[in-house]
Amino acid sequence: MSDLPAPPAVGCRTAPVLRERGQREVFCGLTGIIWLHRKMQDAFFLVVGSRTCAHLLQSAAGVMIFAEPRFGTAILEETDLAGMADAQDELDREVARLLERRPDIRQLFLVGSCPSEVIKIDLSKAAERLSAAHAPHVRVLNYSGSGIETTFTEGEDACLAAMVPALEATEARELVIVGALPDVVEDQALSLLAAMGIGPVRCLPARRAAEDPAVGPNTVYALTQPFLGATHEALSRRGARHIPAPMPFGEEGTTRWLRAVADEFDVPDDVFERVTAAPRDRARRAVAAQAETLRGRSLFLFPDSQLEPPLARFLTRECGMTAIEVGSPFLHRDVIGPDLDLLAEGPVISEGQDVDLQLERCRAARPDLTVCGLGLANPLEAEGMTTKWAIELVFTPVHFYEQAGDLAGLFARPMRRKQALGLEAAE
Amino acid sequence: MKLSVWTYEGPPHVGAMRVATGMTGLHFVLHAPQGDTYADLLFTMIERRDHRPPVTYTTFQARDLGSDTANLFRTACLDAVERFDPQAIIVGSSCTAELIQDDPGGMSETMGLAIPAIPLELPSYQRKENFGADETFLQIVRALAEPMERSEAISCNILGPTALGFRHRDDVAEITGLLREMGIAVNVAAPMGSSPADIRRLGAAHFNVLLYPETAESAARWCEKTLGQPYTKPIPIGAGATRDFIGEVQALAGTDAAPDATRLRQPWWAASVDSTYLTGKRVFLFGDATHVKAAARVARDEMGFEVVGLGCYNREFARDIRALGKEFGLTPLISDDYLEVETAIAEAAPEMILGTQMERHIGKRLGIPCAVISAPVHVQDFPARYSPQMGFEGANVLFDTWVHPLVMGLEEHLLAMFREDFEFNDAAGPSHHGGHSPRPQDEAPAVEAAAEEGSMPSEAAPTGGEVIWLDDAERELRKIPFFVRGKARRNTEAFAASRGIGRISIDTLYEAKAHYAR
Repeated sequence: MSDLPAPPAVGCRTAPVLRERGQREVFCGLTGIIWLHRKMQDAFFLVVGSRTCAHLLQSAAGVMIFAEPRFGTAILEETDLAGMADAQDELDREVARLLERRPDIRQLFLVGSCPSEVIKIDLSKAAERLSAAHAPHVRVLNYSGSGIETTFTEGEDACLAAMVPALEATEARELVIVGALPDVVEDQALSLLAAMGIGPVRCLPARRAAEDPAVGPNTVYALTQPFLGATHEALSRRGARHIPAPMPFGEEGTTRWLRAVADEFDVPDDVFERVTAAPRDRARRAVAAQAETLRGRSLFLFPDSQLEPPLARFLTRECGMTAIEVGSPFLHRDVIGPDLDLLAEGPVISEGQDVDLQLERCRAARPDLTVCGLGLANPLEAEGMTTKWAIELVFTPVHFYEQAGDLAGLFARPMRRKQALGLEAAE
Repeated sequence: MKLSVWTYEGPPHVGAMRVATGMTGLHFVLHAPQGDTYADLLFTMIERRDHRPPVTYTTFQARDLGSDTANLFRTACLDAVERFDPQAIIVGSSCTAELIQDDPGGMSETMGLAIPAIPLELPSYQRKENFGADETFLQIVRALAEPMERSEAISCNILGPTALGFRHRDDVAEITGLLREMGIAVNVAAPMGSSPADIRRLGAAHFNVLLYPETAESAARWCEKTLGQPYTKPIPIGAGATRDFIGEVQALAGTDAAPDATRLRQPWWAASVDSTYLTGKRVFLFGDATHVKAAARVARDEMGFEVVGLGCYNREFARDIRALGKEFGLTPLISDDYLEVETAIAEAAPEMILGTQMERHIGKRLGIPCAVISAPVHVQDFPARYSPQMGFEGANVLFDTWVHPLVMGLEEHLLAMFREDFEFNDAAGPSHHGGHSPRPQDEAPAVEAAAEEGSMPSEAAPTGGEVIWLDDAERELRKIPFFVRGKARRNTEAFAASRGIGRISIDTLYEAKAHYAR
C-alpha cells in the first residue's frame, strides 16, 4: 500500500451526519431477489404482494430473463383482502402447486411486501406450517422485502438474517464469508484464503441449501457487503464473532479485508505477502489505468445500496477523486466503521433522503460524476451532468483484487464516453 | 391470490403516471411507500425521458403506519404544489396506500389549494394499468373541460396518446399531418403534449379523433355526451383502416379533401412478386385489443397471411376480441397469463408471432420469429427514427417490421432445396440477422422446454404422446425447414390420428403432405 495516502488522522466515523427524511428515490428490498435467486440455485422466492411488486421485479430486472426465473409473485386480489383465513389457505394452495411443478426446489422464501405487511398476513406462521408440510424435502423461510421496511439491498440482509436461525449448530472453528457474491468472485476469495491455509471456509448464502454453513461460538465471520447489519446481529446472537474490516473493494480494501481475516487465523506475514503480492500488483495496475480518467474529479453519491461509503473510500484513496457528498440509505456504523476511518473528512455524509433537496445540493455542487439511481440518471445527464447508475454496482462482479480494475472502470466509463462523444465541449 | 411471474400490465397508478408524465403543468401526488419510485425508471430509462416524471411519492414507512401517514400526505402535497407550481394536481394511492385508507382525494379537497386537485380512484386489487390511464384521463377531462364555442375553422382533438405508449409519439405526428392535409387543425392532442389549460379548451374542437381506446375511450364518450363531440371509431392502423378513418373524418368534418396517398407504398410492396412467399404464412396475434384487431385485418387483407390464433391481455376489450375471433373462425385467447399464451402459441405452431415483448421472448424459446405490434413496451420500442404504426407511413412501417424477422423468399427455397448444407441451413436462421436469429427449438414440444427452463407451465400440458414417430420419419421431419416443421409435425400427427395410424413412417409423412396439399 506504499503508493496510497496514509490513513487520514481524522476519518468520517465521527463526522456529523446530515439526516434527511422525505421523498426517496430508491428500490424496495424485493429487488434483491433478482440476484439472490441466481445465487441460490435451489431456492425459490415467492413474493406475497400486489401487481406492483410483480411489475417492480420485471422492471428492475431491466430485461426479462425468461430462463429459470426462480421467483414469482402471489398477487393479492380483492377476495384475499376480505379475510385472513383465506389468504393462508390460498398460500398453501399456491405453494403446493409450485413445489409440485418444481421438484428441484429445496428452499422456499416467502417474501413479505408492503401490502402483506399492512394487512398483516403472518408469513412466519405460514412458513412454519409449510415447512412442516413439506419437510424434509423443502425448507420454508420468510422475510420482508417490503418498501415500508427495507431499502434495496436491505432485502438481501433480511433474507440472510432469516436464514441464520435455521443454520445447524456447530462447535467447529470455521470462517464464514457473508454476502451473496458472484460465483467467480467467491471462488477467487476462497482460493486466496485457501492459499493462506485458512479453513474450513463456508459461505452464506451457499449455492445450494445442503452446503449452508453451520454456526456456533467458535465461528468467525467476515462481511463482504456493507448492508448486512441485521445478518451481523443474527450471527452474533448465535455466538459467532465478527471480524471487522473495510469492505473488499479495490486493492486496498481487499488487502485490509484479507489482512484482518489472516490475523484472526495467525497467518504469518511472509505467507500473506506471498499469496497476495501478485494479485495486489495486478489490481493496482488495473486501477491505475482507470484512475487516469478519475483523478482530480469530484464525486457526488446519492443514497442507493449502502455501498456508497466504502466506494467513496475506494474512489478517493485509490482513484484520486474528491467526494462532495456521500449519501447512504442507512449507516451501519459497526459494519462500515473501518471504511469510514479511511475516508478523509470533508464530504457531507448523509443518511436517508429528501430527493428534491438533495438534487438542489447536487446541482449547486456540479460534481464531475454523480452516482445515482436509474430514475435520476437520464434527467441529470440531460442537465449536462455525468452519471453512473448505481444499480450496476450490485449487478456486476466488483469485489476483491481481480475486479478492482473493473470497479474503477464502471466509474471511468461514463466520463470517457462523454469525452468520446464530444459532449463536454458542447456544454 | 394468483401466482404470476411476468405481467402484461402494471398496476393502475402506473397508468395514472403515464397520463401525468405525458402532460405538462400537471403534478401527481401519489400516496405510496418508497419502493414504488421504481416506476420513475420506466419513463427515464425505457422511454429515455430527460425529466423525472412529475410525481411526488409520500414515501411512508412502517413506523408511520397508524400514526402519521395522513399528515405525511398533506405535507408532501403542499410541498409539491409550492415546488413545482403546477396548474392542477391529481392525487391518488398506490396499492399499499389504498389499504391504509387515508383518503388522499378527500384530504386534498380540504387543503384550500388555489389550483384544482383532482382525486383518483385506482382500485389496485381489481384493475390494471390501462384502466388507470383511462380513468385518470377521464377524471382530468371531467374536472377541467366545459362546453364552449367551437373554433371557427374546423378542428378536432386527438385523444389517447400517453407517455410510455407504443409508438404514440410518431402516431400523433403522422395523424396530425394527415389531418392537416385534409384542412383540419388539431385543437389539442391529449393527454401527451397537453397541459391542464389545454384540457380546458377541449370543447372548442368540432369532433374527436380517438387513437387509443385503451387509454381514452371513457374520455371520448364523456366528451361526446357532455361537449357534443362525436369521435372517430376506426383506428388508422393499416392501409384499409386508414382509408376508413379518412372517410369517417371527411363525414364528421363535412369535407371531401383527402390526404396525399402517394407515400403509401405498402400495397405495392405486398403485391410485388417478391412478396409471393408471404402467402398463407401462419401468424399468431397477441397484444392489446386495439392493436390485435388492427393487425388481424392487415395480416389477412394486406399481407396475405393466414391468422391461426389471436387474443388480447386486456379483459376490458374481451367482447371486441371475441367478435374478431368469430370473424376469423378462431377461439380467441383472453388472458394475462403468459404461460397460457405460450401454450396456445406452441399448439398453434405458427410461422410467425405478431405480439408484444413477452411474445418475443416466447418466440425466442420456441424458435418462432416475432414482430412486436403492441405494448407492454421495451426500450427497443422507442426507436430514434420516425416509426409510426398509424396512417400511411404506419402501413409502410408495418410491412417492413413484419417481414424483417422472416427468412426471405429465395432464401427460403434454397433452404428447402439443400437441407443439409453445413453452413447454409435453417438452424442458422435468416441470413440478414447475424447472430441474433431465433434458435429453432428442435423437436422437443415447446411446453416441455418450458418446464426444463424452469418457468411454470400450466397443468395439462399436451405432449402429443399418442403417436410414435419412427426414426427415419423423425429424421425426414428434421430436414423440413424449421419454420414449417411444426406445421408438418402437427398435420402428420392429425392425419395419422384420423386414420388410426399409431406409428408414423416416411410414407405417413408424405401421405399427410399430399393430403393437406390443396
